[in-house]
Amino acid sequence: MTVGDIVSATHVPDEGPLAVGPEAARKIEGRSPWQLAFERLRRDRAAAISLVIIILIILMAVIAPVFAHLTGHGVFEQFRDTGLSVDGLPRSPRSAFLFGTDDQGRDVLVRVAYGARVSLIVGVLATALTVSIGTVIGLAAGYLGKLVDTVLARLIDVMLSLPFLLFAISLASVFQPSLTIVIVVLGIFSWSSVARIVRGQVLSIREREYVEAARAMGAGPWRIMFIDILPNVLAPIIVYTTLLIPVSIVGEATLSYLGVGVQPPTADWGQMIAEAATYYSVAPWFLIFPSLALLITTLAFNIFGDGVRDAFDPRSDRQMG
Amino acid sequence: MVRFLIRRVMLGILVLWLVTLAVFFIFFDLNSSGPESVAHRLGGRQATPQTIKLIEARLHLKDPLPKQYWYFLFGYPGQDVANGPPRNHGILPIGGSPHFFHTPDLGYSYINGENVNHKLWIAFPITFSLAIGAAVLWLGMGLLSGIWSAIRPRSLLDRGFTLTALFFYSFPTFVLGYVLLLLLYYYLTKAGHAWFPAGTYIPFTSDPWQWARHLLLPWFTLAAVTAAAYTRLTRGSMLDVLGEDYIRTARAKGLPERRVVFRHGLRAALTPIVTQFGIDLGSLLGGAIITEKVFSLPGLGYEAVAAITSNDLPVIIGVVVIATTAIVAANLVVDVLYAVLDPRVRLH
Repeated sequence: MTVGDIVSATHVPDEGPLAVGPEAARKIEGRSPWQLAFERLRRDRAAAISLVIIILIILMAVIAPVFAHLTGHGVFEQFRDTGLSVDGLPRSPRSAFLFGTDDQGRDVLVRVAYGARVSLIVGVLATALTVSIGTVIGLAAGYLGKLVDTVLARLIDVMLSLPFLLFAISLASVFQPSLTIVIVVLGIFSWSSVARIVRGQVLSIREREYVEAARAMGAGPWRIMFIDILPNVLAPIIVYTTLLIPVSIVGEATLSYLGVGVQPPTADWGQMIAEAATYYSVAPWFLIFPSLALLITTLAFNIFGDGVRDAFDPRSDRQMG
Repeated sequence: MVRFLIRRVMLGILVLWLVTLAVFFIFFDLNSSGPESVAHRLGGRQATPQTIKLIEARLHLKDPLPKQYWYFLFGYPGQDVANGPPRNHGILPIGGSPHFFHTPDLGYSYINGENVNHKLWIAFPITFSLAIGAAVLWLGMGLLSGIWSAIRPRSLLDRGFTLTALFFYSFPTFVLGYVLLLLLYYYLTKAGHAWFPAGTYIPFTSDPWQWARHLLLPWFTLAAVTAAAYTRLTRGSMLDVLGEDYIRTARAKGLPERRVVFRHGLRAALTPIVTQFGIDLGSLLGGAIITEKVFSLPGLGYEAVAAITSNDLPVIIGVVVIATTAIVAANLVVDVLYAVLDPRVRLH
């Protein structure tokens, strides 16, 4: 499934771009599409709430050492006496360990806070890589056309239909798993959905008069692609970028969960869930807190991404699937 | 239609060929420093120097890469000695000796000497059962809720469906799996209601009812995340189609609403959904890998993940080859279905 399938659920945008309320009717002023989009986004309550949650998660990642300092528990520190029961099992949440402990007597709260760092870093970097590759290939396919387009469009189709996870596993089993590999693997295998969108947009834009004018003035293909066309496909790219971040975050967590991503003892949500799986009946908190952190993060990013999409294209509710 | 079919089959073969090239490149060349490191890689974590030597000789790792690739496809020479080392006929069902046609040979695991063909032959029905059931469930849930939403847009039900869809869409597959495992399996069973069994696979041939019952939670886990996307997709597509003139005409000539929606509306609305379905088959398999790990179902994905830990590369290669072949084949079916649904596709 591609990112394009997630569509607004937070609210149904029934007001058109012109209905901005009574105060707007009084003074008429020119506004750029960007200002309009920003205006609409500001009015979206669900998007605002999710943005606050995203900021809180970012804050949690930034001040993760403060959690460690306040509780006095390091991320890698194992409390074999206080953090494990007599049988050597994780201990349930209590005042010393608010989220309980894991199988090695480490503080789950501190590890969840540190786990946000990996998720956010990979989420942003992998998305950036995906969008860059996808945009360049989409531009090239859409603008250069002919053989380039035929080959690239086929490649996009093939990439979209291949089982990404299996190839990710293959690559990870050949390389030493690391954060860089995770980011590169996510980038290599998710650009196709971005490329498909960009290509579609470019195909309709490249016949416009201003592109023809640029060509008539002697602009080369590179100039036309990046100076004339790119700014006009930026809106869908931005929308896609926000929707891709949660996909990248889940992708990273999945790879780490399967053991081909971030390696222990680094605190990572996916990997914590994998470790907790063995203990789900005796220590549900060990499973629940990292899962909840991951779920809240993806939910917040998805709702926010939806808001961004609605803001840029109020009709998208009907156009996209 | 025949020309269309031939073109699609050729394209499928091309994709499969590219996949074998990619697999060969990843496992036999990428990030390696010569034949010995490739042999080390294929031999697993605990391979002895003798095993390494054996792999090097048997797979002719010192030959030039194109030649190795040829062997990889059509079989390795010099292994047809009676009672000799295990044969490896190559991953294609043609070429090689002594018979031109043969079963594709995925080789042996160097860790426990297990035949990869055999291992994956046992695992395949499990993944297949999981994928088929989940696909039916996700299409069913997605289509029904999407159509329902589209018939009454902006109603309470529509909003409810869209909200539920977004919620499930945000669920990573394994998180949803564990939530279900914890709530519907563990706590329910502990409370004395063993409605949803988990952790075992009952073959369809031995007891279809138990087969379905044991797969219920995995099916739902795998289906829910994707179904959410299909609710939205169907809703959007249906709303577009129901706004068309010919739907108004159909209503105007007095057709019952049910017929208008399902006969006239749904058929046209299905095309983007079928396209998306073809694309999603790959991620269905990815989801199956995760679901199998969560529910300990010993399918292809489970074997692949287990093979990562022991670094059993022949198994991983086998799973990649089988899985991509299955996906290319399934995509072919979807494409043909698409052509039946939308006659315009056949023309260009």
